[in-house]
Amino acid sequence: MTASAILIQFLNGLSGASSLFLVAAGLSIVFGVTRIVNFAHGSFFMLGLYVAYSLIDRFGHGAAGFWGGVALAAVAVALLGALVEVLLLRRIYAAPELLQLLATFALVLVIQDFTLWAWGPEDLLGPRAPGLSGAVNIAGHQFPQYDLFLIVLGPTVLLALNFLLKRTRWGTLVRAATEDREMAGALGVNQKWLFTTVFALGALLAGAGGAFQIPREPASLYLDLSVIADAFVVVVVGGLGSIPGAFLAALLIAEIKAFCIGIGDVTIADSVISLPKFTLVVEFVVMAVVLVLRPWGLLGRRLTPPRRVGAVERPLALPSRRAVYALAACGAALALLPTLATGYSLILLTDIFVFALFAVSLHFIMGPGGMPSFGHAAYFGLGAYGAGLLLHRGGLPMELALLLGPLVAGVGALAFGWFCVRLSGVYFAMLTLAFAQITWSIAFQWDSMTGGSNGVIGVWPAPWLASRTSYYFLALVTSAGGITLLWRMFYSPFGYALRAGRDSPLRADAIGIDVRRQQWAAFVIAGLFAGVAGALYVFSKGSISPDSLAVPRSIDGLVMVLLGGVQTLTGPVWGAALFTWLQDAAARNVEYWRAVIGLVIIALVLAFPQGLAGFLRDRFAGERHAP
Amino acid sequence: MNVPILKVAHLSKSYGGVRAVANVSFEVVSGERLAIIGPNGAGKTTCFNMLNGQLAPDQGKVEFEGRDIAGLKPRQVWRLGVGRTFQITETFGSMTVRENVQTALLSRHRRLRSLLTLAARAYANEADALLARVGVLDLAARACAVLAYGDLKRVELAIALANRPRLLLMDEPTAGMSPRERGELMRLTSELARRESIAVLFTEHDMDVVFNHAERILVLNQGELIADGRPTEVRVDPRVREVYLGNRFADA
Repeated sequence: MTASAILIQFLNGLSGASSLFLVAAGLSIVFGVTRIVNFAHGSFFMLGLYVAYSLIDRFGHGAAGFWGGVALAAVAVALLGALVEVLLLRRIYAAPELLQLLATFALVLVIQDFTLWAWGPEDLLGPRAPGLSGAVNIAGHQFPQYDLFLIVLGPTVLLALNFLLKRTRWGTLVRAATEDREMAGALGVNQKWLFTTVFALGALLAGAGGAFQIPREPASLYLDLSVIADAFVVVVVGGLGSIPGAFLAALLIAEIKAFCIGIGDVTIADSVISLPKFTLVVEFVVMAVVLVLRPWGLLGRRLTPPRRVGAVERPLALPSRRAVYALAACGAALALLPTLATGYSLILLTDIFVFALFAVSLHFIMGPGGMPSFGHAAYFGLGAYGAGLLLHRGGLPMELALLLGPLVAGVGALAFGWFCVRLSGVYFAMLTLAFAQITWSIAFQWDSMTGGSNGVIGVWPAPWLASRTSYYFLALVTSAGGITLLWRMFYSPFGYALRAGRDSPLRADAIGIDVRRQQWAAFVIAGLFAGVAGALYVFSKGSISPDSLAVPRSIDGLVMVLLGGVQTLTGPVWGAALFTWLQDAAARNVEYWRAVIGLVIIALVLAFPQGLAGFLRDRFAGERHAP
Repeated sequence: MNVPILKVAHLSKSYGGVRAVANVSFEVVSGERLAIIGPNGAGKTTCFNMLNGQLAPDQGKVEFEGRDIAGLKPRQVWRLGVGRTFQITETFGSMTVRENVQTALLSRHRRLRSLLTLAARAYANEADALLARVGVLDLAARACAVLAYGDLKRVELAIALANRPRLLLMDEPTAGMSPRERGELMRLTSELARRESIAVLFTEHDMDVVFNHAERILVLNQGELIADGRPTEVRVDPRVREVYLGNRFADA
């Protein structure tokens, strides 16, 4: 690279950093004060872009129309943010952290379908910015004027936020609440008002981040999840709640990306390494490295854990004899079902068996382990790819591929888990997400091995298992067997040690338990069983594509566990059944099925903050639960 | 007199140039009840955490039954026979009182890796016997999270006893308890210590507890050991009086 090319890539990086910073700063402020990880933050970005498009379309492409449209779009998104806080989040601040996450994810679904309804499925490219549509000559290269504007915008917003937080009364309150929410409340800070304004500011920044992108990228329905993933990474790398950290992280990641694109393909020892392709994972690699070296991010500090008020996990009682009989009866009824039902219901039930096992494997680490994985689909996908590739490229018989495929997931969990168990809480969740994204990107890009975006196709079961009914039985037996084993582990000495490490790492260590090792082992077991679910899945569908280990699949798992109730034993199975059925029924019968699912989840979260099974347990076994 | 089970020699720890514990040496014989006292910031907690494995000393030796345990992890120290309780109780809140003790027993027998056996009946009788000894058997089926603080302290004691320790480290054992509960807990501890000849080393703020229940008292001030003796001796020690009461002649 020449010096001037390096300069240009550097400037490209700077301009890319600005919009990344705007989104991440909003997410960081909201998290700092409310301790809510807002999944819908990327949706606010997307809405900002769409609303700006429409407003500019209406106001005209002149300077007033363009800048007015951008500003109004950001304000509109801020108002929506305030509305969401008042109508939804305010009701669930006392609910478990993960349930809040579930609610914000439901918002993602609703906003996505709203956007589809309002703007249609086509990408919409906005106009150029009047007055900044040209390019300037920098060291012999044409550099867009608008990108220069963005380079200035990022630091300007940083300074403005700094002023707002350090010099105003409101900012002092925000910093106080970030430092110690309970104390700020005890000192008489009006939390309701503070939270609403903070959330509105966060939404404003996200909306502005989107609106300012209008001349650079088309409004598209995929932006919400890709932006939220980027923003999470930036916030976590910078340190949760640190605005300068977010700026630094945005800069770092944007620069690395810009140089990957600028350098292009590199040949090392006869093999071509495509650096531009690397941009798909680069931020996740950066995050993984930073989290391992500096677990609280570049400029972050260890979070003061919120004082626990009442909401402690309840003892996980052994299921009563009656409950065991009832579950066995359920299994028997399912085994008899193929004599009555045929066709589609068997396929749907097969899916439910697969996802029930997947959900229970996630529950194993989320519940007793206290490790909420945001990337559990990685192990589902590794199991599926493992089985598919062993069959196709390894030439193994299907039965053996089904058996050995999950081991691939186990090995993956062994490697990734070693890093993940060094962290806890949100940081743990983000690192699992990072590894899942890396796995996804490998599956997506390693064309020669994994078939790239098409995936592996023609992965069919052996002839004796090929009929719908026989595969139904295979799935039923495998899933029921796997779930029984996992449930048994909940009550085994291993499960006790796992719960012990979650409840009090200090005490666990003081009675001879190596907490990390215990968590690592649990992580591998969970990965292994997710792999079993994945291997079952691939042979039921006949193919596997990178989608099945992408972020949405991981989130599906979280939704299933949380819907059913993380504090119960059987909840995740009901959650998996309900969610799989709902998704299927809604997708086949309703055009805007995501919105329907989102609204159902929101209704369920508001109605049953302990999950479905938790609600039923409280309802019918009220006397067992102590205050 | 018994042989010493814990020998601490020249123990030192600094934080960024500030000496938290400086050249502290003492011994504990088996069955003995020994209190470490000192004004705030005297280095009690730092000293304590170097004994239980939470901190590695900069210098010095900690010998337990002839083995150097300085720098070992808490879980390793525990395995050798050193039990502990925390200043703010640490129990497994979502588990029942019995399960808490069972977990400790399972760990002692190295059975926590067992994946498919049921833990509910494992060592249940032994756990109940321990709970009976500390007087909380009637709470065995309750979750620790809903227990009163005084009861939790007893549960912690039962957990600590599960490994049949020869040395019990108690960090501020009576902090947060009512005066009546304090007396009861310390009487219980003393009795257990006597009956099973467990040495008890505790830090404490409450001087009534210290002078009523310790056989020997160590006094730390600014990281240094300034007195080591029987309560009657320490009570009249001029340096201790100076630290606690101030030297009013020098002050003027």
